[in-house]
Amino acid sequence: MDTTAASATALDLARIQFAFTVSFHIIFPALTIGLASYLAVLEGLWLWTKEIRYRELYHFWAKVFAIAFAMGVVSGIVMAYQFGTNWSAFSTFAGPVTGPLLAYEVLTAFFLEAGFLGVMLFGWQKVGPGLHFFATLMVAAGTLISATWILASNSWMQTPAGFTVVDNQVVPSNWLQVVFNPSFPYRLAHMTVAAYLATGLFVGAGAAWHLLKGRSTPAIRTMLSMAMWLILVLTPIQIFIGDQHGLNTLEYQPAKIAALEGHWETVPGESIPLILFGWPDMAAEKTLYPVEVPYLGSLILTHKLYGEIPGLKQFAPNDRPNSTVIFWTFRIMVGLGVLMLVLGVWSLWLRWKSELYSPKPFLRFALWMGPAGLIAILAGWITTEMGRQPWVVYNVMRTAVAASNHSVLQLSISLIVFVVLYCLVFGVGFAYMLKIVARGPDEGGGPVFGSTDDPFHRPARPISAAEDDGIVPAAPRN
Amino acid sequence: MGIDLPLIWALIIGFGLMMYVIMDGFDLGVGILFPFVPARSDRDLMVNSVAPIWDGNETWLVLGGAALLAAFPVAYSVVLTALYLPIIAMLAGLILRGVAFEFRLNAERAPRYMWDTLFAFGSYLATFSQGLILGAFINGFEVSNRTYAGGPFDWLTPFSIFTGLALLFAYALLGATWLIIKTEGPLQERMRQLARPIAITLFVAIVIVSIWTPITHHAIAERWFSFPNIILFSPVPVLVVLATLALLREVQRDSHGLPFILSLVLIFLGYSGLVISLWPNILPPSISIWDAASPPQSLGFTLVGALFIIPFILMYTAWAYSVFRGKVRAGEGYH
Repeated sequence: MDTTAASATALDLARIQFAFTVSFHIIFPALTIGLASYLAVLEGLWLWTKEIRYRELYHFWAKVFAIAFAMGVVSGIVMAYQFGTNWSAFSTFAGPVTGPLLAYEVLTAFFLEAGFLGVMLFGWQKVGPGLHFFATLMVAAGTLISATWILASNSWMQTPAGFTVVDNQVVPSNWLQVVFNPSFPYRLAHMTVAAYLATGLFVGAGAAWHLLKGRSTPAIRTMLSMAMWLILVLTPIQIFIGDQHGLNTLEYQPAKIAALEGHWETVPGESIPLILFGWPDMAAEKTLYPVEVPYLGSLILTHKLYGEIPGLKQFAPNDRPNSTVIFWTFRIMVGLGVLMLVLGVWSLWLRWKSELYSPKPFLRFALWMGPAGLIAILAGWITTEMGRQPWVVYNVMRTAVAASNHSVLQLSISLIVFVVLYCLVFGVGFAYMLKIVARGPDEGGGPVFGSTDDPFHRPARPISAAEDDGIVPAAPRN
Repeated sequence: MGIDLPLIWALIIGFGLMMYVIMDGFDLGVGILFPFVPARSDRDLMVNSVAPIWDGNETWLVLGGAALLAAFPVAYSVVLTALYLPIIAMLAGLILRGVAFEFRLNAERAPRYMWDTLFAFGSYLATFSQGLILGAFINGFEVSNRTYAGGPFDWLTPFSIFTGLALLFAYALLGATWLIIKTEGPLQERMRQLARPIAITLFVAIVIVSIWTPITHHAIAERWFSFPNIILFSPVPVLVVLATLALLREVQRDSHGLPFILSLVLIFLGYSGLVISLWPNILPPSISIWDAASPPQSLGFTLVGALFIIPFILMYTAWAYSVFRGKVRAGEGYH
């Protein structure tokens, strides 16, 4: 098999390209999953209570959602084709499993989202409230269904089940086992909650920014309040799910656990410490400068005081994931999770004292936590994806034999195209999103249903329209 | 003999690709026509005519990729590896075009001009790349041991460059006739003016491709010109001539919907010609749909979903189109 493998440099380039494009991509679905559900809740609340703040917030976040969604769609098409362009040996081998899962994602989720998105964004004056709310719900459902299929596919690659290999090609034997493979429920729950948390932190930071600028409208206070409730409730749940996911990983991918804990020696019957910080050295086969807490490693990873955990040395050197990297990415994720817990508890305490909307240190903390969820998602994905190396399908197919046989020149061209294009396009896109958030909700709430005449004279483009009328977009009051 | 699953899947993917060509064809065509319509208000109308639906249109391309991976993984791997650089170029074009939809709405004046330019550039790049891919596909692939065995630039031939240019005219025609439906007044008049030369050029391109392919591909010549095929397939070229003539007449009259429908007919006929030439090969010149198919367990599992869900997709897509039916007007619509 090794003779057919792409050269080491070409393989590295293909891996860098995948990591780069998928890392950019995941940010947008994470936000659209969270924002779509948030918009559904806002529209439901508005239809139910008729309070204008909910409509203000709906129109406000729909603009951000539209940009995030467009960027998710276009960066997602790249992913759908990259399996073939760069990983053709993998696609030929595993296509009979990953292909149908991807096809179901397109059929049940992508069409649903795209079909109803137009009505959700542009249909306020075209359909009634019931139908419009239905469209929003369908878009939200689509984002969640999409997450389900793609996580089934990824989980199958991590913990493959329900198949045989015939003539160097995967043949599914039991689709229930394929979809509900051992790590699927944990990954789905972990990622969905992560998307909600990341969105909640993003929304909360937006509210904090306006409150710090002294713009305390009912809509902005509602924004902060809803975000903080979400963070308070979901962070402990996420920590619990993460812990359960860890137990599952220890059972099915013990090398990953050993690597992310910087744990080298297998010591039967003895408890292992938790290495808080240190520097795992792959060549020296040990973790340098460890700061340890005794017993805690066994306790967290096995829920037993003397639980045994296989060390990395138990695995052949070419079967070991890179501990130096994932030791740290894992700690970044967990550390940010702890900060989210602090934010949630702090908000509860302030709420109890009825001063949630004014203390500057708290609002600044909420502002700085804005990107924390997205960073934690990236750190978590790097941990799990690098942690399953050197396998692309765990214990079945090695990453080194999965790549297409391209020249370094071709791969360099495509990588440069993607880096330049993504930095330009998604950098600008993110800047527009932040600009919209910084402008804040339109007071009065934007268009209402059934009216062909926009009562607020803010037609198509909030910013461009204002510019054409000679009106500078309302600067937040200081 | 049970159900011929690879055959059904080839039909589904063929249907999906045709939906893509028609639907993203007209919204890419709108971008292709941008340089011919300089006024900002007109450009806003053009973009607004497709803004609520382009996402769904493009999803057919994702379905094509996913279904190809599911049903014919070898074909997916070989095609995408062989056409690496044109695929990357197409994706780059689609990215620029797709984000420009949103960004031009949020941009100040100077960057908005830049995004308009990139919207058009992305539409040209994506369409030309798709045409290159089409030409390279007709030319076929060198395959050995179920992997691509050709060189990195095999796709670059005079023929593929020609099909790349031809597809620009095909999509431009769809775009122009779509805008005849969706607009009125001077903009609609402009589209009627543009549609005629575009249609004539497209017709000439179709004729050239129809001569070029049988000359260079013996099997394709055999397919068309052997008896009784020559009689069975003769309606295709005859209908192409009739549809073009009708189209040229209708764009000059006061009809709104007919030019678009006739353009669809023309595209459909070209597509039929392609299928006649290549059937049943999914990797021309010699690998058939049955050689490249996934195991029946994969084909069957996905088929259940596809047959059940695609009708619903068509229903709500039609509903979404009907919500936004009628002429698009200034100041209408965005949240």
